[in-house]
Amino acid sequence: MGFHVPEDLYYTKEHEWAQVDENIVTVGLTEFAQDQLGEVVYVDLPEEGQKVTQGQTFGVVESVKAVSDLFAPVSGTVIEVNSSLLDDPSSLNDDPNNDGWLVRIEMDSEKELANLLRAPEYKKLISEK
Amino acid sequence: MTNTQKTPLYNDHVNLKARMVDFAGWLMPIQYEGLKEEHQYTRQHAGLFDVSHMGEIRVKGPKAVETLQWLTTNDVSTLENGQAHYSLLPNAQGGLVDDIFIYCLAKNEDYLVCVNASNTDKDFAWMTQNNRGADITNESSYWGQIAIQGPKALQLCDEVFAPIKVSEMPRNQIVKGTFEGHAIMIATTGYTGEKGCEVFIEAQGTSALWNRLLGSAQVTAKPIGLGARDTLRTEMKFSLYGHEIDDNSNPYEAGLGWVIKPKAKDFIAKDIIVKAKEEGLKRKLVGLKMLERGIPRQGYELKTAGGEKIGFITSGTHSPTLDEPIGIAYVESSFGAEGTPVFIDIRGKLVKAQVVKTPFVNKG
Repeated sequence: MGFHVPEDLYYTKEHEWAQVDENIVTVGLTEFAQDQLGEVVYVDLPEEGQKVTQGQTFGVVESVKAVSDLFAPVSGTVIEVNSSLLDDPSSLNDDPNNDGWLVRIEMDSEKELANLLRAPEYKKLISEK
Repeated sequence: MTNTQKTPLYNDHVNLKARMVDFAGWLMPIQYEGLKEEHQYTRQHAGLFDVSHMGEIRVKGPKAVETLQWLTTNDVSTLENGQAHYSLLPNAQGGLVDDIFIYCLAKNEDYLVCVNASNTDKDFAWMTQNNRGADITNESSYWGQIAIQGPKALQLCDEVFAPIKVSEMPRNQIVKGTFEGHAIMIATTGYTGEKGCEVFIEAQGTSALWNRLLGSAQVTAKPIGLGARDTLRTEMKFSLYGHEIDDNSNPYEAGLGWVIKPKAKDFIAKDIIVKAKEEGLKRKLVGLKMLERGIPRQGYELKTAGGEKIGFITSGTHSPTLDEPIGIAYVESSFGAEGTPVFIDIRGKLVKAQVVKTPFVNKG
């Protein structure tokens, strides 16, 4: 299936995307992930100010059937949360790359970006699924 | 998995672009266009479910009734020709081997027992071991099975199965017929809470029937996956083996006392099952609604405000009909009254819920 995988983003193996703007990283769920989940009906996100660690869970998304953890692409501090998702998580399905963003993290170290996938690698990963 | 089985409709599901999953050793469609749409389509129109993975065990001969009376909790002697009922197969400890439907094809002579897919081999072995002289055969590979459910289902069935008037059959009836030369049995049963029927058909005719049902000009039926089948039955608080009931369940605690007839007859573990009820049931199966954000899921613990464990969730989901989370749970009997507040441990957080009346949705 043809999922949109923007070239300018970083990706985790667990299907989060990360958009880096200096030391601020916006995090979302990839089109592939939301398609696998089905209709998202519940999102649990951290509070602003909470610390997150690369590769660790920072929240949960649930579809009617399944519960999935969200994994932090980088370590740092949550500075903004997309609280509109808490009441209406449907934008995670409708527009996962824009309106469906999850949190913004002030990252501790740019070096961690080297642990993430770039678009060609991520495309390869989901094509094998 | 190398031994995964396929139903006679496997190729049809793939052609319909279903998402296929391994379910109880069978490759089954979990969803086609989307669980929510499929759920709502069944509640409002007509849904087709491939339930060919379910097991069919035939019990025949002069000892058929005697054997079924001993094996099951409901009173088989009350079934007349063409009648069906829900029943239970108790084990020797008073737990449950399975929950089943029994169809009377010829009174005192010929009964069809429909069992859960994952339990077919276990049930057949148990029934054979405890046979009281009946002729018991496993016909599971012989039959395909399609459930047609929803408010428009019976109109579709009347059209496809004419001259049989399925819409005029009472609930829990079965009738024999043919479809394009294949033997069929149409039963007004189902597990969604909707009106409709379940059709047993010789396996090689299943695909032709499936496509005929999808090709009606009068009623647009849609294929529905196992995902929606589960949310539909959860809304009705219908028990599912492996969730609400298992080898350790007391059927009274599961709220299934209405299919236990201890005064009418003897059956396996009757004394144990009845004694547990007389001594007072320790727990109760209840419905839950959330008072705070969160979705209850199978296995989550129920606690008091103080954190003391008082039960666990057996099934939980976001109800597509109500557009809110619902759950089914065992709780200690003292917490089982409607309106009682309880807390669900969701990933370490105690989230407030309330015991509510069920079914969650009134249908059919």
